[in-house]
Amino acid sequence: MTVLRRPVSQAARKEERAAWVFLLPWFIGMAGVTLGPMIASLYFSMTDYNLLSSPEWVGFENYSKMLDDPRLRQSLSVTFVYVAVSVPLLLAVALALAMVLNRGIKGLAIYRSVYYLPSLLGASVAVGILWRQVFGTDGLVNKFLGLFGIDGPGWISNPETALYSLIVLHVWTFGSSMVIFLAGLRQIPEQYYEAAALDGAGRWQQFWHVTVPLLTPIIFFNLVLQVINTFQSFTQAFVVSGGTGGPSDSTLFYSLYLYQEGFGRLHMGYASAMAWLLVVIVGLLTAINFYFSKRWVFYGDGK
Amino acid sequence: MRALIRHALLIAAGLVMVYPLLWMIASSIKPDALIFREPSLLPTETDFGHYADGWNALSHPFGVYLMNSAVVVLGALLGNLVSCSMAAYAFARLKFRGRAFFFGMMMLTLMVPIYVLIIPQYVMFSKIEWVNTFLPLIVPKFLATDAFFIFLMIQFFRSLPTELDEAAKIDGAGYWRIYFRILLPISLPALATTAIFTFIWTWNDFLGQLIYLTKPELQTAPVALRNYVDATSGASWGSLFAMSVVTLIPVFIVFLVGQRYLVKGIATTGMK
Repeated sequence: MTVLRRPVSQAARKEERAAWVFLLPWFIGMAGVTLGPMIASLYFSMTDYNLLSSPEWVGFENYSKMLDDPRLRQSLSVTFVYVAVSVPLLLAVALALAMVLNRGIKGLAIYRSVYYLPSLLGASVAVGILWRQVFGTDGLVNKFLGLFGIDGPGWISNPETALYSLIVLHVWTFGSSMVIFLAGLRQIPEQYYEAAALDGAGRWQQFWHVTVPLLTPIIFFNLVLQVINTFQSFTQAFVVSGGTGGPSDSTLFYSLYLYQEGFGRLHMGYASAMAWLLVVIVGLLTAINFYFSKRWVFYGDGK
Repeated sequence: MRALIRHALLIAAGLVMVYPLLWMIASSIKPDALIFREPSLLPTETDFGHYADGWNALSHPFGVYLMNSAVVVLGALLGNLVSCSMAAYAFARLKFRGRAFFFGMMMLTLMVPIYVLIIPQYVMFSKIEWVNTFLPLIVPKFLATDAFFIFLMIQFFRSLPTELDEAAKIDGAGYWRIYFRILLPISLPALATTAIFTFIWTWNDFLGQLIYLTKPELQTAPVALRNYVDATSGASWGSLFAMSVVTLIPVFIVFLVGQRYLVKGIATTGMK
């Protein structure tokens, strides 16, 4: 422990006092709306609590109950598939379009807006409702497939395909990652490409040997962010499945199951335990990401 | 030639992206019988009645839900602008004991999944009988709980020369005055970004509004829209689409107005 130094001068003390005043709302929020509830959540996770009677201590029972809860396992596997398929696809599409748009194209602002718009609307209930139709039995997707004589299934009502319609919805919102890629691409000095071209590198080689290595920090940033956010998706699974996670739990996202347990069946203790498992999983995924990043992320300063 | 092909591909991709949205708008003015029969965007017959039908389909006119959304959004917006900029000013410009520690704590809260907070918060707000009021959705915003925006504004404040503060101090200005009269006015881009993102996120937010607002007269537009799906169970897709379009219009307008800031905000901070 280092000894805290007292502010020496009158002015420093005044500045310190001002800082506390400016931080007062944040302190109250931190204690009352973030830290306090986190501690409470940890406590609830070791209780049986239905909101109506007071919490009853059960120790680690909620956690051990998770081990043989088939719906919990189902929700985890649904969520893992959702993240594992949609995040790489989304990033690939975002990077591809950012590359094309970065080549000094006319009308950049318009293209960027069109591609970006779905990111803003994608989380809305209205788009969830729209998706139910687009991937419905008579929906747009099947109308399109019909042009080629293919008779598509009711994507949303089929447990084999329902999750994939949600994955398509997620990939559709690649625009925000694309904008971040575009900003990153602009940082790469033109001379690097010129030098590579002088060495006889073609477009494809320039991409692999100049663009990708210099862009790895941004790719990594997008990846970490997307994994964290995608793992916690809720609204679209709720809207598309009508709150059930169906058909046959095929779209039972982890967050949706947590909601059902907590707010549907008032198993506040169990839902809190689930929330802490989520913290552990998201933390682990992020740590894994950081661990592997050493092998492929290039920071340009020899690290 | 190359450029031409590239544009053709970009336009095709763009059309695929916006087609579902345009189809929804077109469907909202088509007679129900035609919605699924013709996937084209130009309706052969139009029926604007869906807007009136949808507006009055639930227990309250849709305007009530839009107003509720507006109250929640404006409350959140004001709260974030005031509280996040205050915290950011302290972190970016003032010296105090434990600054690095508290800054780290603030950054850590960015990573906390909301599901850890939402259950105990719900318990807390139901104990003080705030369920079925707008307070649980607005009050936390006045307490700088959206760390994203604090971070955004810290970054912005740091890019401004400290000579500004020094000069004002010599002129006898206090910290409050420096914050309010000097930093805030030149931080308009950061404030606008915060306002726009708060608007869109809060307008789209569903989970919070779903659990805290259960009385029909208090429900917000997204929650009402969701209930409408249950209520009609597909009886009239036209009016359901009409109300979906209505709830997207405010986001769309904010998008058009705030585009410049949105792109900048996202590029620098990686927000959605």
